[in-house]
Amino acid sequence: MAAANAIEMRGITKGYPRVLANDRVDLDVRKGEIHAIVGENGAGKSTLMKILYGLTPPDAGEIRLEGTRLNKHRPSDAIRAGLGMVHQHFMLVDTLTVAENVVLGEEPRVAGIMIDAAAARERVEKLSSQYGFELDPDEYIENLSVGLEQRVEIVKVLYRGARILILDEPTGVLTPQEVSELFVILRALREAGCTIVFITHKLDEVIELADRVTVMRDGRVTGVVEAAETTKEDLARMMVGRDVLLRVEKAPATAGDTVLAVRGLAAVGRKGTKVLEDVDLEIRAGEVLGVAGVQGNGQTELVEVLTGLRKAHAGEVLLGGADVTGLTPRAIRDLGVAHIPEDRQARGLVLEFTVAENLVLGRHHREPFSRRGVLRLDAIREHASELIRENDLRPPDPDVAAGTLSGGNQQKVIVAREFDGEPTLLVASQPTRGVDIGAVEFVHQSLLEMRDRGAAVLLVSAELSEIMTLSDRIAVMYGGRIVATFESGEVDEETLGLAMTGAWTGGATARSDGDRRATPEVTAA
Amino acid sequence: MFELAIFDAALRMATPLILTALGGLFSERSGVINIALEGILLTGAFASIVATFYTGDPWVGAFAGILAGVLVSLIHAIVSIVFKADQIVSGVAINLLAMGATQFLTWIIWGSSANSPPVAGMAHWTLPESWGALARGVNAVIGHYPPLVYVALAAVFVSHLVLWRTPFGLRLRATGEHPEAVETLGVNVRKMRFAGVLLSGALAGLGGAFLALNTHQFVKNMSAGRGYIALAAMIFGKWNPLGALAACLLFGYAEAVQMGLQGRGVPTQFVQMIPYVLTMVALVGVIGRTRPPAASGKPY
Repeated sequence: MAAANAIEMRGITKGYPRVLANDRVDLDVRKGEIHAIVGENGAGKSTLMKILYGLTPPDAGEIRLEGTRLNKHRPSDAIRAGLGMVHQHFMLVDTLTVAENVVLGEEPRVAGIMIDAAAARERVEKLSSQYGFELDPDEYIENLSVGLEQRVEIVKVLYRGARILILDEPTGVLTPQEVSELFVILRALREAGCTIVFITHKLDEVIELADRVTVMRDGRVTGVVEAAETTKEDLARMMVGRDVLLRVEKAPATAGDTVLAVRGLAAVGRKGTKVLEDVDLEIRAGEVLGVAGVQGNGQTELVEVLTGLRKAHAGEVLLGGADVTGLTPRAIRDLGVAHIPEDRQARGLVLEFTVAENLVLGRHHREPFSRRGVLRLDAIREHASELIRENDLRPPDPDVAAGTLSGGNQQKVIVAREFDGEPTLLVASQPTRGVDIGAVEFVHQSLLEMRDRGAAVLLVSAELSEIMTLSDRIAVMYGGRIVATFESGEVDEETLGLAMTGAWTGGATARSDGDRRATPEVTAA
Repeated sequence: MFELAIFDAALRMATPLILTALGGLFSERSGVINIALEGILLTGAFASIVATFYTGDPWVGAFAGILAGVLVSLIHAIVSIVFKADQIVSGVAINLLAMGATQFLTWIIWGSSANSPPVAGMAHWTLPESWGALARGVNAVIGHYPPLVYVALAAVFVSHLVLWRTPFGLRLRATGEHPEAVETLGVNVRKMRFAGVLLSGALAGLGGAFLALNTHQFVKNMSAGRGYIALAAMIFGKWNPLGALAACLLFGYAEAVQMGLQGRGVPTQFVQMIPYVLTMVALVGVIGRTRPPAASGKPY
């Protein structure tokens, strides 16, 4: 009897020391469908997929692939059973070529022991042209864009004969154009008979692409629905367990004096390549400037220069009219610059330190937290208790290590620390990356609150929707330059996406200084 | 400083470095830093002399050197791969252990605190003179150096082929760069790393055997930092066999010059520094511009 289901998981349970990641989870994926699994971070989606793929053994439960029972399997067994996984963090070896990455572990051979490089190349080329991937088998991974890297991942699983593809958060790092290209590919794969499971928390994509949806919350399945018969609001409710504000309410900005002015800023990278070139920016008090762009186009470096973490090669940074170029991070912080770094675990927190200690980092050397070079632990704890209460941090304990908090609460610790003490400029880099919807809501509200209290906000984000809802003005970075700036509300995702690929030419001919609202302003093309 | 004799000595000095550097390369390419090479080199040297002393056959000695190297590296592999301990700490511990153990056993076996009695060296590969001109020609080329010199040179090219042309090499390199990626493709990361570390033990053990057999005896602490110099050569050679060969020849040359200069009026303390100073200069010049395997040193 041919099984109608490509994947059947029954009663999957997996516990970790402090959480039950999967609690009696059932999953049915029909052959030839695109099935979305949605849920917040920590809902157990990734654990479920790791169990399916054989990377993590479940405590209990049963798994069938196309009717065949898998028991205590390893990834190699899953691969043999026709399963292929495209991981959220790409599993590609940068220093190897496309073809080498594809055949790794299952290399075509000549004379038994040597790799048949010609055959490898040929196989990659064939798969690439079959689905329109446009991949050069001899290119090194490190030279590829993120979109192309993802295609290499897909070719990798197809090369292994996968009939069932799992994609873990496939669109998180892509531009809108790349996302629509990916969807074309996924639909083509479905036509070719593949079954596709994709994990996401972006509800628009679920509605657009999926046939059916499984929703997870706190390690359990909270709903299985047909995508055509559901709405974003319903899905969000199943994900979070309550009604969620999907759109942030925002009053128009009342911009004041210029807080930050950047003129002709340039910076060079490790190999002497230009990572920032001729960047001009201006942010006024009480407004949010969003910086959009594909990761790796200079946003990180811009933030680093502004916060004193990286040296400027040329140009100047003026804070309230005073030149702060080249000052140390501490000096810049002392001038009222708050920073939410993009990598919260590496730069935002000391994970081994307690919440209380993390909440004073950067100000620990000043009164009231120290006196005559000695920390005042009472003041630090008291301060922590206050911020924990105000920001609803969980668990409400100042003495736990920051590393034991959930991603959302870690981010809340940073936000609480940085917003404390009325900053004049707020530099927020990917402030909601990898945090759950509840914390996203909190971060967004806090950012706007700071704005309304007169702070200038620089928001760098890879999430276009975040940029579009929060920003008063939007700058797009490409290749280390600002290639376009727009008034918020006057631009759609398509145009922004196009500008992010460096292909924006719209403003160059139609530029008119008289009407800034209607025409995007293009600088330094 | 440029006499033929110096080049001659340079190649002999370079041989243990070449074998050891190749060893380091296999280990680091798999993602395990093997600072224990120094101790492995020393143990290999000791084992080769013990075996030659008892059997009278230096080839048995060479094999014993390999075996000892594999056994010592097995400790490093278990500690750093299975128990995921800090690879540097494990390596340093092994080096200290090797220093003490070889010296202690030298005393137990030969009753000397410093060195072993002399043993037979390895006979050169030669054809009998009676074969005439052919023999003279072959002997001039192949017979000039001890056999292990040629083995080391061959190992360079074999290593190159293994690393860049075989599935094993591809997997090994990928393991050192991105072990998670390798694991998701169904390749066993542990196995690959064990293979890398044990291969490094075999090669460095053979290097030790050459070091000792070339001087016909074991002398306490005779590795004298060559394991570290070999690691430097591997870095200087950008983690690939041909580069490491060139770097080892350079360091071997420095060592030969050092020996040539001794007793020529320059204070020996300064002369003896030459190889080490050169090592540091080379590393300073190259660091920051080369890239080690991304996952090297990170337990998986």
